[in-house]
Amino acid sequence: MSTVIETKGLGRDYGDLVAVDALNLEIQQGEIFALLGPNGGGKTTTVGLLTTLLRPSRGSARVAGYDVASQPAEVRRHIGVVFQGPSVDEQLTAWENLDFHARIYNMPRPLFRQRAAELLALVELAERQHEPVRNFSGGMRRRLELARGLLHQPQVLFLDEPTVGLDPQTRRAIWDYLAALRQQAGATIFLTTHYLEEAEDCDRTAIIDGGKLVALDTPAALKATLGGDVLHIRVTDVAAASELLRQRAQLEPRQGPDGLVVEVADGPRRIPELVALLDGAGIAVQAVNLRRPSLEDVFIKLTGRGIRAEAAEASETLGRRGRMGRRERGGDR
Amino acid sequence: MSALYTIWLRDLTRFLRNRSRIVTSLAQPLLYLAIFGTGLSSLLSGTSSLGGVSFTAFVYPGVIGLTIMFTALFTAISVVYDREFGFLKEVLVSPAPRLAVALGKVASGSTIALLQGVLTLPLAWLLGLPLTLGQVAQLTGIMAVLAAVCTALGLLVSTRLRGIEGYNLIINFLMMPLFLLSGALFPLAGLPGWMNVLVRINPMAYATDALRQVVLAGAAQPGFLAASRLHPVSLDVLVLLGFFVVFLVPAVRAFSKQE
Repeated sequence: MSTVIETKGLGRDYGDLVAVDALNLEIQQGEIFALLGPNGGGKTTTVGLLTTLLRPSRGSARVAGYDVASQPAEVRRHIGVVFQGPSVDEQLTAWENLDFHARIYNMPRPLFRQRAAELLALVELAERQHEPVRNFSGGMRRRLELARGLLHQPQVLFLDEPTVGLDPQTRRAIWDYLAALRQQAGATIFLTTHYLEEAEDCDRTAIIDGGKLVALDTPAALKATLGGDVLHIRVTDVAAASELLRQRAQLEPRQGPDGLVVEVADGPRRIPELVALLDGAGIAVQAVNLRRPSLEDVFIKLTGRGIRAEAAEASETLGRRGRMGRRERGGDR
Repeated sequence: MSALYTIWLRDLTRFLRNRSRIVTSLAQPLLYLAIFGTGLSSLLSGTSSLGGVSFTAFVYPGVIGLTIMFTALFTAISVVYDREFGFLKEVLVSPAPRLAVALGKVASGSTIALLQGVLTLPLAWLLGLPLTLGQVAQLTGIMAVLAAVCTALGLLVSTRLRGIEGYNLIINFLMMPLFLLSGALFPLAGLPGWMNVLVRINPMAYATDALRQVVLAGAAQPGFLAASRLHPVSLDVLVLLGFFVVFLVPAVRAFSKQE
């Protein structure tokens, strides 16, 4: 296995704002790698740097063996990109969009025709390939962009929030395409997301917050750092309950979206004990929920806050874009 | 080269698909001719200072120029649209050299503006100014250069501005003075000094001057054109080429800059 993406102390500022700082990554060929973080955390900037759209302020990055700052043209030749926002030409048909792409990447015509037909079938747009893209739904456009990003057989495929605004069914389908792609072509996939469950499907996940890398490992290893189960306890008096659990049960409760969150080694056995403890102190327990740790728990532990609230904010911002925004919220759980 | 052609091909495909735009931009010169020709010529009835041609015929070359400027400046807005609607990212992340992308934009904008310009030529017969094949060829050459100048200007403005509103604002602000100070509506001889300076820095003045000399070559009294022109046609075209370079170089440079 060889290294396909390597960054050393990579950083980018916008004026006084440090968007990405001291980023060190090493991504192997064939990996599905997720960059997870809240909006404004530096994900899109990182993609911009790795795809040569932005110049690094500090450090260096090599993609497919070429330096992004000094050999941008070589880097561009070897990567495919699916952007966060729409980037297809609505006036052209699906086929014409692919045709444009093939020409601008200098693909031989027979290879283009063969790949385009295959990919349109893969993303289930073959029957509508000669329709203008303005007739397409958000999901169909996304699938077309995915096909386009893959058309020239890139060594690395970058996907910036590939499934934002899509219904769960389409999201699932896109994930199936990505898995198939990796298997068939051995391509490396670098994606950003703020959907935690998507990061769980990846080989490795980096968590980025405030422009800095806060964790990097396999999803399983990241979850293992939490050391046990997670209990969500909904109570009437959060402050008192928190204090009581800290002093009497030697736990470290956090405030979660659904009341208190505590990590315990053996969840099922501790529930009766903890409920009894709270009950005895006159604090009514309304609900207890036991979960295996998720990446969200890892995220909260590392950054001190949930990613969901920020994701909701992000879809709110995007909501200004009218009909797309509505679909966005519909797709968000 | 293939990237340049690809950019050109896409813009032409979009243009030809947009029938209503072609019709509207055809109706426009007719409208201007009717308004300027009929409206203003009634004011001037009796004066014979236009070398024996009607005022409508005098204005006609200016209307050709206006049509080209209009089309070119509003075609260059596609750069702004592409940026706003994301398509530019697809181009910028591709291996296509930035220079080829910028030149492709100039090529497509110029072609479209030239097409619209050529479509105004049949009006000459309507005005009783039958053109010879030689005149049509000369006019096409001048129109091509003007189309390139205006597209380069549009590209320059679009690289400096982020939003569509900003572009429209600047273009609308530019367009009227460029047209009014081009000599389209009145001869440029004997203008006050300050106005003369504005005329001299206006590419439209040189284009109108050249177009008029060719269009009226057979129709006007021989002395009139020589007396009222700015420069001979060849010099006008040379000056226009100078404007093209002056607009194109900073536009391409700004376009090629990595953020």
